[in-house]
Amino acid sequence: MSDKLKDLLQNGPIAINIGIFDFAETLKIQGVEVIHLNWSPPAGGDPELIELLDQLL
Amino acid sequence: MITRCIIRKNAYYDSVFLMRVAKRISGQKGILEAAALMGTEKNKELLSDIGMAGPEISSVRPNDLIIAIRAEDEEPLSAVFENIDHWLNESQGQAGTIPCRTLEEALTHLPHSNLAVISVPGQYASREARKALEHGLNVFLFSDNVSVEDELSLKGFAREKGLIVMGPDCGTAIINGIGVGFSNAVRRGPIGVIGSSGTGIQEFTTLVHHFGSGISHAIGTGSRDLSDAIGGITFLSSIEVLDSDRETRVIALLSKPPGPLALQNLIHRIIQCRKPIVTCFLGPKQDPDDANLRYRKARTLDDAASLAVQIATNNPSPRLEDRSFKFQELINRERIHKSPEQKYIRGIFAGGTFCYQAQQILQDAGIMVHSNLPLEGNSKLRSPLLSVEHTLIDMGSDEFTSGRPHPMIDAGLRYERILAEAKDPQVSILLLDFILGLNASPDPAGELLPAIAEARGQTRKQGGSLSVIASVCGTENDPQNIQRQVKALEEAGVVVFSSSAKAARFCGFLVTGCPEESSVR
Repeated sequence: MSDKLKDLLQNGPIAINIGIFDFAETLKIQGVEVIHLNWSPPAGGDPELIELLDQLL
Repeated sequence: MITRCIIRKNAYYDSVFLMRVAKRISGQKGILEAAALMGTEKNKELLSDIGMAGPEISSVRPNDLIIAIRAEDEEPLSAVFENIDHWLNESQGQAGTIPCRTLEEALTHLPHSNLAVISVPGQYASREARKALEHGLNVFLFSDNVSVEDELSLKGFAREKGLIVMGPDCGTAIINGIGVGFSNAVRRGPIGVIGSSGTGIQEFTTLVHHFGSGISHAIGTGSRDLSDAIGGITFLSSIEVLDSDRETRVIALLSKPPGPLALQNLIHRIIQCRKPIVTCFLGPKQDPDDANLRYRKARTLDDAASLAVQIATNNPSPRLEDRSFKFQELINRERIHKSPEQKYIRGIFAGGTFCYQAQQILQDAGIMVHSNLPLEGNSKLRSPLLSVEHTLIDMGSDEFTSGRPHPMIDAGLRYERILAEAKDPQVSILLLDFILGLNASPDPAGELLPAIAEARGQTRKQGGSLSVIASVCGTENDPQNIQRQVKALEEAGVVVFSSSAKAARFCGFLVTGCPEESSVR
């Protein structure tokens, strides 16, 4: 078990939210430190470009 | 009638927000129908299926927003066009958050993060989850449509790194008292739970709360974790975590029956566990317990919650504080004014586990049903849109939610289905679930009450009487408040039970005859 997993269980979530904004809001309401990513599909959502991008990085 | 589209290039919005925008547009005077979707191929097909297509739609990309509107004439459309940018900008209320576009950027602002909550469309979800794991974050993966191969790869990678992946298709977790995704405000306490379904965890945790005890942690695993393909990786890691957690005194495991190989892994781990374990594997009746079993088996979520509380608190018989039903009177009341042809149950569920558990309970009572997701021994519906005889429908399954919000967020689909069922003169009983908590609809009962009233009116016109039986999953501390929801339903003549299992059992009694009162309580 990693320190991050122990930390999650012992101290609760400190979260990065990727996707539905409401999930970040409800965490914040509960007093959780959270950052909501301004996410959008990578490479305009083009699967071939995404694969190429992943190979490059 | 006219149809128009608004396209916004490179403007990504999440599906829940777009559902609210579409609802807002639909609510304007003179608007007949509205859809707000990102320009994926699947969404373009959906729009085409409802007669909204054209060159401007076919050329959009997944990063582009499409708002398709059908209106009576030009006037209401102009009003929408004037307001749309304002409604979109009201959006994702970024106030108070640090604007970040990448995970790496976010981690520079929050380097001590320990969890990524991921709910992007399925085709991008594995990529984001892997990145999060590479950065040492545990993952709550709400997204569905992730392949089994990707799930296995992600969970294997997480295990190597000593991390955990909750999901894919994980709806609920409660970590150290904090609800993630769809979860209820329950008391902290000595019971840890690991579950493959969100609504299963919600029902279990709220029942434990109503029994007077509480939850240490609730860990969702995703629906396939105990399949042989995945081998229970998240279940096994979670048992290890809860076994060494000081707060947890009892561990409950909730799932459909595990695959044979996954079950072997699980039993091997259970034998090493120092804490008592309660299992609830919903499904067809199994062989009687082996006397040497190292864990206690429960047949329903109610039994699992009760057993866990008994073990954790040494209370021999925890009871829900149900209001007292005069059972025979209730059955008599519900049976009067029925027409001779009324004989069938129609269960219209928001929660998949409630649909599955109700099938189990009715099957145990000798009532076979049709369903879009049938329990072994029941029949699969030819079309999920058309009920036959006794039918229980999971309205949260993919065929209903593709491109549309889940019924826990928006009751629109269930509303239409309730009205459709009432037109069938053979329908006698409507069985419903109402799920409260974070991220669920702000008023699940209120959204469906007009449909319930109309359905009852329709049945009366057909010379019969419609029984509406329901359960509400939630607590007094949820934003929707369970007491208010129950009161609203009861004032509308709905018979409300304190658990989904009890509501299903009562429906069985209405069909088969009078029960012993104790068997329902």
